[in-house]
Amino acid sequence: MEQQFDWKRYVIVFFITLGLFLTAIYLSNYFNNRKLNQLKTIQDNISIDILSSETQFSLLSELSCKSVSDSILSSELNELGKKIEWGQDNIGNSSELTYLKKYYSLLEIKDYLLMKKISARCGVKSAFILYFYTTAENCGECIKEGIVLSTLKDKYPELRVYSFDFTTDLSAVRAMLDIYKIKDTKLPALVVDENVLTGFTSIEDLEKRIKDSFKLQEVIPEANSPKKGSSN
Amino acid sequence: MTTVSSTIFFILTFLSVYVQVFFLLTFFEKRKKIIRRKENFELEEYPGVTIVVPCYNEEKTIKGTIDSLLGLDYPKDKLKIIVVDDGSKDATWEVAQVFQEYENIKLIRKKNGGKYDAQNVGLLHTDTPFFGCLDSDSFVDSQALKRIMTYFLDPDTMAVAPSIVVDNPKNIIQGAQKAEYDMAIYTKKMLAFLGGIHVTPGPFSIFRKKVFDELGPYRHAHNTEDQEIALRMQEHHYKIEHCPDAYVYTVAPNSVGKLYRQRQRWIYGFLRNAIDYRRILFKKKYGTIAFFTLPSGLISVLSVIFLFGMIFYNITSFLVHKIIQIQVVGIGSVSKFNFDLFFFDTKAIFFMSIVLYTSILVSLLIGRQILEGKFRFSFDVFYFMIIYSAVAPFWVLKAIFNAIRSKQSSWTLEIDKRST
Repeated sequence: MEQQFDWKRYVIVFFITLGLFLTAIYLSNYFNNRKLNQLKTIQDNISIDILSSETQFSLLSELSCKSVSDSILSSELNELGKKIEWGQDNIGNSSELTYLKKYYSLLEIKDYLLMKKISARCGVKSAFILYFYTTAENCGECIKEGIVLSTLKDKYPELRVYSFDFTTDLSAVRAMLDIYKIKDTKLPALVVDENVLTGFTSIEDLEKRIKDSFKLQEVIPEANSPKKGSSN
Repeated sequence: MTTVSSTIFFILTFLSVYVQVFFLLTFFEKRKKIIRRKENFELEEYPGVTIVVPCYNEEKTIKGTIDSLLGLDYPKDKLKIIVVDDGSKDATWEVAQVFQEYENIKLIRKKNGGKYDAQNVGLLHTDTPFFGCLDSDSFVDSQALKRIMTYFLDPDTMAVAPSIVVDNPKNIIQGAQKAEYDMAIYTKKMLAFLGGIHVTPGPFSIFRKKVFDELGPYRHAHNTEDQEIALRMQEHHYKIEHCPDAYVYTVAPNSVGKLYRQRQRWIYGFLRNAIDYRRILFKKKYGTIAFFTLPSGLISVLSVIFLFGMIFYNITSFLVHKIIQIQVVGIGSVSKFNFDLFFFDTKAIFFMSIVLYTSILVSLLIGRQILEGKFRFSFDVFYFMIIYSAVAPFWVLKAIFNAIRSKQSSWTLEIDKRST
């Protein structure tokens, strides 16, 4: 009793499976596009905020230092940075994400410049760190530095960290690199209070530096946060 | 590297989904042909059947096994039972003596020679037109034989496999196997519809005696003689059926260690037999076994290994990241975690994994439907998914390793003798 090779079944099953895969790809694209749109909206909002602050600043001159510095939402900018970075790892390095990343770098620079102006005019010493890293190669030190910076950001909410990917193809970022003479062989690099630190800077060194430069106050973690480990 | 591994992952997921769709499509097409008989019935004719019980160190279960055979709803004068003690070192032989006076039971004691050898000794003493074996750790339902015999009304049917059910699962290891066996009832039935069965399980598969007269006796077959005989039959275009309502209860390994040894033997046997029978792979005249059963078995072996590699890689990178974090900022600092839907995985492969896991659940439900007549969900399936994904890679790797080195894990080495 020789078996008939039922090739039709194999072809039908192939097309059903293909259909399922195409649906999965479609769903994936749909959600990824929604994510990209979400990023664009956040970016546009931040852009409007910065523009508005700039305008407000020019209009009011030195009269209203307080209201200006309050209006800029650096945490949103940080959040956006995280999302773009996650997107690059998980959505894929699409041209749209590259564009978003450029836009983000530009917003960082604008925010940085504006905050610098405000601090100069209002006489406040701002706690800025410029951070240069690279995604072009496997930079283990950059990963470590990233962890140090996020820990410090959590500890000192007033600290502003502006991160720049060395590989970002944007003239404004290139200009920053030129100003601080950052070379790709010396990454990660930090600019703290106009001093350039190249290579990995440990949390102790960096914390001491920012404490000395900016006189920052550490936030004490809330006593009633149950899931956190003991703070050192 | 990442691109290569995601491409392999994508292909393996595609093939795994393909296998599931293949089964589902067959189910929707043939589901009306699945018979589940509740009422008692009589056969017009009761052909003679010999059941051989090969046993080795089974003093605890042998009596129950033979009692269940005596309890079969089948004329006593048509049912012959041959107990072959394969040189047990425990009291199996003594326990079996209580059946000495039964007219239809024959007790044979021989030197240890392996399960296939014990079965062949039984074959030599068989003079009925039908022959079957029952592992001495299994028990048959009283209606099993009669239900199986109805499939032999088709003169083309040469062997019939039963539905194997895990007997009274007592812990999560056995619970996981219960879910697995229930799923296997579904896939086995689908393979039977397509003529692609590759195992005639040790517990209570019934053959026409002429299969052995024509194709020869059992072979050692890397300790999986029940796979080899099925492949040999497929090679000769002998039809193998599956009787879903013939229940055989088997005692499943109750520890991870025992399960590991059993599965390592099965996978090793599968790989070695697949290599031995590679000549039938992708040959049109062998149909489903050549294009679906054997390739899908090989795909599942590859998938288990690959999935394990992926999980291992992910866990390692996570740990490495955690270690770096502790090195850099100390243990005390726990980074803030904000729940945001944005960070929810939306890769295509994620949706395909959902499809794949859903299809496993569906397989269980269909298996239960065939077995019990209703779609019944149980948490066993989660035990199955968790335990098997954690341990299966190890037995698969060991089996591959052994297959490459051709090292044998054998009955004669007396490690584990359970087989289905």
